[in-house]
Amino acid sequence: MSEAQSPFAAAPGAHEIEAEAAELLERRDFGEADEAALEAWLNRSPAHRAAYWRLEAAWDHTRRLPALQTQAAETVVEAPRNWFLLMKVAAVLVVAVALGVASTLYLSAPRDRTYTTGIGGHEVVSFADGTKIELNTATHLRARMTTAERVVWLDRGEAYFEVKHDPTHPFIVIVGDHRITDLGTKFLVRRQAGRTKVALLEGSAEFSVANVRSRTQSALLMPGDVAIGTANAIAVTREPEQQLSRQLSWRKGLLVFKHTTLAAAVAEFNRYNREKLVLADSDTGALTIGGTFNVHHLDDFTKLVQLVLGLRVRANGSEILISR
Amino acid sequence: MTEARDPTSLEPDLRRPDAGSAVSDVKDWFVREVLPLEAMLMHFLQQNWRNRSDLEDIRQDIYAQLLTAAERGIPTQTKAFVMRTARNLLIDRIRHEQIVPIDAVSDLDALGLAAEVPAPEGQVVARDILRKLQVALDRLPPRCREAIVLRRVEGLSRREIASRMGISEKTVAEHIANGMRALAGLIFGEAGRGA
Repeated sequence: MSEAQSPFAAAPGAHEIEAEAAELLERRDFGEADEAALEAWLNRSPAHRAAYWRLEAAWDHTRRLPALQTQAAETVVEAPRNWFLLMKVAAVLVVAVALGVASTLYLSAPRDRTYTTGIGGHEVVSFADGTKIELNTATHLRARMTTAERVVWLDRGEAYFEVKHDPTHPFIVIVGDHRITDLGTKFLVRRQAGRTKVALLEGSAEFSVANVRSRTQSALLMPGDVAIGTANAIAVTREPEQQLSRQLSWRKGLLVFKHTTLAAAVAEFNRYNREKLVLADSDTGALTIGGTFNVHHLDDFTKLVQLVLGLRVRANGSEILISR
Repeated sequence: MTEARDPTSLEPDLRRPDAGSAVSDVKDWFVREVLPLEAMLMHFLQQNWRNRSDLEDIRQDIYAQLLTAAERGIPTQTKAFVMRTARNLLIDRIRHEQIVPIDAVSDLDALGLAAEVPAPEGQVVARDILRKLQVALDRLPPRCREAIVLRRVEGLSRREIASRMGISEKTVAEHIANGMRALAGLIFGEAGRGA
């Protein structure tokens, strides 16, 4: 074969590109990636992107190595049902032996756990590593807490995190395309349609978003920062401590308003109650109100609305209509 | 793309033949739909191309063409599209090569390209990959495997792995980078291993 003559053996060859991709991925895995350089490299050609994405996808699969160990433990407990399963068990055991010492840690590793709260629900989950997650109303999250990785997926709702920092096992919260990597932190994450809101109370965390170019955009959050990530951008503002703590009042079962529009207050109450408040029109919604309320005591709120704002409140099936 | 849109597709937002595709969509398509076909692709290339040392470059060229096409619009019939791209690329190569591999064209027209086989359910794919991962790990050189397990299972830093294995950090980096490449070949390609 006259390899050098081939118009298809585009320089550099597949071998070289893949070697470079592996070096970049290796650095990235150890947190040493130069994102700009990586992006420039990926932009060189589709071949570069293909090579990198392919290695990255394979490497992502190796996240399952601990799961493999878990599966081994769980499969062994069950009585093998047929020879195929028996062979599978044998194969898993071979790997378990190959993994040696590391595997013994993993034989007791838990699977992904899911935690759910209904409307008005509130739950605190404590993990063995000292991390605490507090779920707000109508929230669903999955947690994979092993000695290899600590990953939480916030599928719906809002949760407050107090993370025990461990430099070798970063704590990651994944919210759709967004990712919060904890660097020793207390923070609040809320998932809303098309956006993720993160409020950082203590420590620091990295908030990143997979943008349209599929590369990550990220922001390092400091205490007081409130970040909102959309499909392709992150905006960060800083809020005074008081305002931040107000966002956490749900942990005590309270809603705290200060110069809050009626529309926003009603939306908040409706997160926690099946009985929904409804505003007659947008003018009514623009009125502002302040005060501290129990999340479930709609009466207290509607009484105040009647007294202070002079509005009419009328029950209508499972709705409470507020109008002028 | 001129192909008909698949009316049964569960991901209508991925199919945007007119608007051009976001890179994240292209990547998603490539990872979820193309890479799982790599074993089949490599099998096809091996059967139809004599010189094994070309396979890695051919695969790269095919992937580059697929991504270029997907950037204009995500193909709907991925499997047929991949095989057609592979076939066309082999034919082009044969035309341009000075020496034509004797049996290069043997199988090209015998390909069943028409029918898109429905993708297996995610569960099946996941189990399949888990199985491949077990096998792949077994096939890695021992030191390479050890470095990868220390990284992935124990989550050690490069420095910790180096001290645990009694080697330099640079060597750890090489083991891991080599492991990443080998694993990709074993998990996706199997047949595409080595050069």
